[in-house]
Amino acid sequence: MENAPYTEKVIEYFQNPKNVGEIEDPDGYAKEGSPACGDMVSLFIKVDEGTHEITDIKFKSYGCASNIATGSIITEMAKGKTIEEAKEITWQKAAEELGGLPDMKTHCSVLAVDALREAIRNYEERQGIGEEKRETTLEVVRKRLRHVMNPMTGLDVIKTNLIGDIQVEDGNITVEVDLEEDHQFANAIKEDIEEKLEPRWDVEEVDVIFVGE
Amino acid sequence: MKDEIIYLDNAASSKLDEEVFEEMKPYMLDNFAVATSDFAYSMGVEAKEALNDAREKIASELGAAPEEFIFTSCATESSNLALKGVTEKLSEEGDHIIVSDLEDFPVLNTAKALEKKGFDVTYLDVDEEGFVDTDQLKESINEDTILVSIQHGNQEIGTLQDIEKIAEICSERDVIYHTDATYTFGRVPIDVNNIPVDLITVAAHTIHGPRGIGGLYIREGTPLKKQMDGGFQENNLRAGVENIPGAVGFAKAVELIDEEENERIKKLRDKLIEGMREEIPEIMLNGPEERRIPQNANITFHYVEGESITLHLDMRGIAVSTGSACFSKSLEASHVIMGIGGDHERAHGSVRFTFGRFNDEDQVEEVIEATSDIIEKLRDISPLGKEKEE
Repeated sequence: MENAPYTEKVIEYFQNPKNVGEIEDPDGYAKEGSPACGDMVSLFIKVDEGTHEITDIKFKSYGCASNIATGSIITEMAKGKTIEEAKEITWQKAAEELGGLPDMKTHCSVLAVDALREAIRNYEERQGIGEEKRETTLEVVRKRLRHVMNPMTGLDVIKTNLIGDIQVEDGNITVEVDLEEDHQFANAIKEDIEEKLEPRWDVEEVDVIFVGE
Repeated sequence: MKDEIIYLDNAASSKLDEEVFEEMKPYMLDNFAVATSDFAYSMGVEAKEALNDAREKIASELGAAPEEFIFTSCATESSNLALKGVTEKLSEEGDHIIVSDLEDFPVLNTAKALEKKGFDVTYLDVDEEGFVDTDQLKESINEDTILVSIQHGNQEIGTLQDIEKIAEICSERDVIYHTDATYTFGRVPIDVNNIPVDLITVAAHTIHGPRGIGGLYIREGTPLKKQMDGGFQENNLRAGVENIPGAVGFAKAVELIDEEENERIKKLRDKLIEGMREEIPEIMLNGPEERRIPQNANITFHYVEGESITLHLDMRGIAVSTGSACFSKSLEASHVIMGIGGDHERAHGSVRFTFGRFNDEDQVEEVIEATSDIIEKLRDISPLGKEKEE
């Protein structure tokens, strides 16, 4: 395999991925990407509430070798670290650990790192700590929606102008989506939006309305 | 990596048959002359005879006269010559051409290039099995239409178009019809005496012939403008010193294929599909069940990604390809799977297996076993699938 685009270490992790699986009742959880637009990673963490140390971490991947290997390496890197330390893990550091990744596979590797960050954020949201102590404002909602994919393009729903009006009032959020209710991706997008907003400490209800014609 | 590779990417290119190679050798080492006129030295005359014998053999495979067949460097060149040659010659008469959504890149990207030059191009939709709608074809032809190019067999999902019907529609309306038969020549017969097709692209490397040689059937009287300026070779339609070893090899490759082999390959393909269906749950065959080219199977394995599958198979010495975006140089999902109404997910987990002369039943069994094992492993680590059960 000397001509393969992947390093030996990538192949090793691809063949024998580490920390694969799910954690029941995780303290933090994230799902990044979407099957409709390519790779997808889900990631689960258990965190010590006193020390904020990641005591257990597991991931699952619907992706290519680069994605699977990055998922393995970052979960190894994050285990035993505090959430603040784990936030410092970048895809560059993960790629370095793997002995390099092909340039065009950056996206697949970034997705795995995003999943780690989002799982930590999800933990903070649930705990109401860190940056996530902030009140859920319109601006915060828009920021969160940047993590919801538009499966038709593979880009997020904000960038692709799929989101109409957003209302935020006393923990009740209403999001208008410019799609017909029976569109093939309507349900997937609705679920993704709810998943990104509902865990926030001050959010009571999320209402997704389809306004497309 | 294993010593013996199980090669199931014969649509991409296939192993040169040693008999073909032996046939070519003298025209590289002993007779290296160009094809001269009858009045030149004997080596050149012999070379010319070898070239014309090869031409005759290949043309007769299509039921054509030798004068109706020219050699090119590859299928890409043939399709470029067909599309550009006809449109340039007939640009005064019309500016509209029709192709299908599922064409391989030589036709698809030539059509796009013509579009940039100002031609009006209709891209015909296909149904979920990859068939063009012949009613839509009829409706799309107008008084400005000068050329229709619809492939014979599809490169990825194996759909075998009804080119007889398509050719008749074109013929009745006096429109030139070109078909790309790169994936069918030798495997699925075409007789130009029964099918009123005007231009056919063929290649040698997909049927265990050499690379660097292709051909174009040109029905007598078809308007065609030469695309490369130079000498007067190939009926003054394709300039350049003839590739005589290539032509001789191409003819030998055609000669070595017979119906029995195609039947054997089809059986291997069917065995693969059947075995995969028995062993692996939640898979789907892309393309039609019946009307497909004998050497092709294309299967989507749900909840897993194609590059991961092909990489695992490669580590076990099995060579296949996938329509997943992750696998391609462009990171774009297969336009064919998207074209038949599939989504990214379907393209993402699709694997193409294409058979040739050197595959056997033992290999098929090994591939089924390996694939089943790999899919199970990948589904274990996939976040999809289970949640759908719940």
